[in-house]
Amino acid sequence: MTQLSDITIKDIDVLVIGGGTAGPMAAITAKEKDPKASVMLLEKANVKRSGAISMGMDGLNNAVIPGHATPEQYTKEITIANDGIVLQKGVLEYAERSFYMIQKLDNWGVYFQKDETGEYDVKKVHHLGTYVLPMPEGHNIKKILYRRLRRNRVVVENRYQAIRLLKDDTGTVSGCIAVGTRDAEVIVIRAKAVVLCTGAAGRIGLPASGYLYGTYENPTNCGDGHSMAYHVGAELSGLECYQINPLLKDYNGPACAYVTGPLGGYTANANGDRFIECDYWSGQMMMEFYNELQSGNGPVFLKLDHLAEETIQEIEQVLHTNERPSRGRFHDGRGNDYRTKMVEMHISEIGFCAGHSASGVWINEKGETTVPGLYGAGDMASIPHSYMLGAFVYGDICGENAVEFARHRDLPKLDEAFILSERDRILAPLKREDGIPPNQFEYKLRRLVNDYLQPPKITKKMDIGLQRLKDMERDIEFLYARDPHELLRANEAQHVLDCALMAAKASMYRQESRWGLYHHYVDHPETNNEDWFCHVQLYKDENNEMACKKRPIDPYVIELDEEEKTAYQKMRIQKVS
Amino acid sequence: MPTANQITMVPVVVDNDKCIADKGCRTCIDVCPLDVLWIDEKTGKAHMRYDECWYCMPCEADCPTDAVTVNIPYLLR
Ligand SMILES: Cc1cc2nc3c(=O)[nH]c(=O)nc-3n(C[C@H](O)[C@H](O)[C@H](O)COP(=O)(O)OP(=O)(O)OC[C@H]3O[C@@H](n4cnc5c(N)ncnc54)[C@H](O)[C@@H]3O)c2cc1C
Ligand code: SF4
Ligand code: SF4
Repeated sequence: MTQLSDITIKDIDVLVIGGGTAGPMAAITAKEKDPKASVMLLEKANVKRSGAISMGMDGLNNAVIPGHATPEQYTKEITIANDGIVLQKGVLEYAERSFYMIQKLDNWGVYFQKDETGEYDVKKVHHLGTYVLPMPEGHNIKKILYRRLRRNRVVVENRYQAIRLLKDDTGTVSGCIAVGTRDAEVIVIRAKAVVLCTGAAGRIGLPASGYLYGTYENPTNCGDGHSMAYHVGAELSGLECYQINPLLKDYNGPACAYVTGPLGGYTANANGDRFIECDYWSGQMMMEFYNELQSGNGPVFLKLDHLAEETIQEIEQVLHTNERPSRGRFHDGRGNDYRTKMVEMHISEIGFCAGHSASGVWINEKGETTVPGLYGAGDMASIPHSYMLGAFVYGDICGENAVEFARHRDLPKLDEAFILSERDRILAPLKREDGIPPNQFEYKLRRLVNDYLQPPKITKKMDIGLQRLKDMERDIEFLYARDPHELLRANEAQHVLDCALMAAKASMYRQESRWGLYHHYVDHPETNNEDWFCHVQLYKDENNEMACKKRPIDPYVIELDEEEKTAYQKMRIQKVS
Repeated sequence: MPTANQITMVPVVVDNDKCIADKGCRTCIDVCPLDVLWIDEKTGKAHMRYDECWYCMPCEADCPTDAVTVNIPYLLR
């Protein structure tokens, strides 16, 4: 039998898991606040090029800049866009720190577009306010973060997949178990505080192309953090409020309203007509998109062919060099030219993502989850529509609070029996001689998600889906990996399965429809504020079963007036000429 | 449960004449978020070992000798 002494144990004050966007910021802030603290950034890929912004970003989708927007106005807009189900304090905290974060990034050398007078050149894309700030040089953002990590002497461990969080006998989080993605070495990181920044759960649904990695999200983000938080006892929230995005058909990159919208591009039906008032991504907007796709006017297109040559060149310059630079190649292969034809769009697979929607591990305005010592930031945490700037702001908040928490704690004791049994569980697929390859397991699982869990949601279908997914839990003991890379995929696939089960459970619990397409529940077509004006929290109960409960909405800090409440309900253009 | 080997066309192509992996370069392998680029034991050059690509392009952008070309995966093309 193996002993704990065979396993490498690293001790650290603050452990940050996930080195994409929120993670580097959390680690840097923790070091800035307490340079004596030891801080580790653990990353499944390589922090130089990991996460949603691996190649950069086209702009800030939600900048709250004095003179253009106020934190109160922004909080209202996000409250309305989420049909009222928000922790307003959390959104307001973001909005109040947003400008400070832009200035901080600007000081670090991130370039934001400015007008002739040197002011930030903010554009209107949202329904009510003005929050979009282009970053035409957005491709260097990872380099800038990396330099800061080095300068602050953050310990970086690349190519480790965190798999389970540890806690001590007081129920406080005390580190994680991780496995090397190239050598399958299991290690333990003992930490006084942990910040989860593992990004969205982007591999729950299967893209229409059938290619497992043709997802909207960077596919390294497969829901490891959601699964780890669930297993350690944290609450997750709003999982029934799926992320579904309007994307280019097959390419699965943003179309992209934020870049082309301010320059005159828009989403059109097959006749070239506009059918939605506002291209800002919301459930209501997606509902209209879905309806148009199903109607005689479908499919849906990105329309740019009416724009002037200089404008199209400007769009190509941004869209084909920054965030998703292979887009130009995709268009070339299909013979798409923005000048001469509209480009077909489609809806993405489902996922969990607070960056674009509202689903994730529950956090409050301090970045605290419901488990002591565990913080969360970015796409995996529950602050809605937070996007890249939200990931930076909450990374900053978590870094500050986690290092403070760690200061008051001794190194925790490790649970030896748990670690040893986890190690055996994690490595089991490598020990088998044959069995189910992870790609087949994952393909089948995600195909089931599309068949049974995608909206429109129907009770009987979700029942069958849930049962089929539970049947797949029995296949786990047959998962087979031939090398450390396949082991990584086998462990990821188990987390994808956890997320799919969570999607089904939470969707069936909320017996109403809300957030347009995100929770379009055919058996309960109306929004029912009397019974369901609340958060739905998902957690592991005392029998280790997945359970849901209601959490009341905290009293609003900013009241809405009646007319504003319905602003996002009126998305369809009344008269299409 | 027996298994079979099935082939797949991979989207990323490395020009072996330009690749300097034999001089110790590992850049594309280091940066790939999906960890699908490895050294080909037969040629000593970088190659795509797993068909699990997000066509995100750090491998191509960071290669010092312009040896890497990222194509769109066949299923999406
Ligand atoms: C294609 C695309 C375009 C976008 N465009 C915009 C835009 O124009 N403007 C905007 O504001 N926002 C945009 N967003 C959203 C924005 O990029 C995200 O909200 C933000 O970057 C999320 O940051 P994050 O830190 O939560 O996740 P990420 O930056 O994705 O980081 C998550 C990290 O966790 C790592 N990880 C995952 N699991 C593990 C594990 N088990 N162990 C260790 N590490 C792990 C991953 O490798 C990754 O590096 C876009 C997103 C996408 C996908
Ligand atoms: S980065 Fe270029 S030169 Fe270096 S190993 Fe990769 S293909 Fe070869
Ligand atoms: S395009 Fe991205 S995922 Fe594909 S091999 Fe290159 S770096 Fe890896």
